[in-house]
Amino acid sequence: MGTSIVVTSGKGGVGKTTTTANIGTALAMLGKKVVVVDADTGLRNLDLHLGLENRIVYNLVDVVEGTCKLKQALIKDKRLDNLFLLPTAQTKDKTAVTPEQMQELVENLKNEFDYVIIDCPAGIEHGFENAVAGADRAIVVTTPEVSAVRDADRIIGKLEAKGLEDHQLIINRIKFEMTKKGEMLNIDDMTDILAIKLLGIVPDDEKIVISTNRGEPAVTDPASKAGQAYKNIARRLLGEEVPFMELDNEESGFFSIFKKLFRR
Amino acid sequence: MDFLKLFSKEPPSKDVAKERLKLILIHDRANVSPTFLEMLKSDIIRVISDYAEIDERGLEIKLTKAGEEGISTPALIANIPIRKMKDTAK
Repeated sequence: MGTSIVVTSGKGGVGKTTTTANIGTALAMLGKKVVVVDADTGLRNLDLHLGLENRIVYNLVDVVEGTCKLKQALIKDKRLDNLFLLPTAQTKDKTAVTPEQMQELVENLKNEFDYVIIDCPAGIEHGFENAVAGADRAIVVTTPEVSAVRDADRIIGKLEAKGLEDHQLIINRIKFEMTKKGEMLNIDDMTDILAIKLLGIVPDDEKIVISTNRGEPAVTDPASKAGQAYKNIARRLLGEEVPFMELDNEESGFFSIFKKLFRR
Repeated sequence: MDFLKLFSKEPPSKDVAKERLKLILIHDRANVSPTFLEMLKSDIIRVISDYAEIDERGLEIKLTKAGEEGISTPALIANIPIRKMKDTAK
């Protein structure tokens, strides 16, 4: 029996889909059998992040409606044999599926896979209810902005009201230079405000744009810092103790110029 | 270290963000709006004024966090300066 994890945030655009694609891929790279589920019916994007958009025949709504079997809707990843995508419908809306149907679907997937990672849509309406219905654990993604933190707090309250007590935080797009100057909320500020266990921090990384352009998750690029952060997060999910990323390795200023010169 | 910042009066913007967040989250979590607090405030003034003469400008009512071990429950804190008690109260 596998574990189901929902990736949620409240606010849109903080990196839920990127997080889902990268954690799913990283867990598969660590040898786990993984399925990533797009619960954002009507606005699906997880297929694009994995570069699998041209292979979709059936989707989650087809499975729920009985148009196809679950196995027929699963798409095997290009790179990894033990990673699968369950896409959702693009031409339906969120009411096409009920929380009960979603719960049953996730239970079935847990029989086949070690990890079921569910990409939750933004918002706190029907789509959110569906995405969390079958989840054992939750990952709350936020960024160091007041609106994202506020929405994350709301989501944490919603999760707790549902009895989903196992929830952890990922802080995405941290700009270390700005936090050092006190111009951006830092990790302590955010864990202090949200009172939730920290699962990982992901630095702001321009390479993410390139990864998404190509449909190749950042974890497949050994040079990507965000990719490294997501690999660490995947190992923490498996119960490993991995230290949080050093914040000061991107030094600036007079002395660091010399340091960089000598490092070459 | 930004040398000029030593002389500037403005706090770092992240501290402003943190303060604003803390305040708004108290309201969000308790599901009350600042307008609600204003209504509550005027009602409290009305009731207490029957018994005491109060300094309305010095009146302070706020929602804050009273919690332990991560579980936070809202608490209503009111600071009401009394000028003098009315005769009816005696």
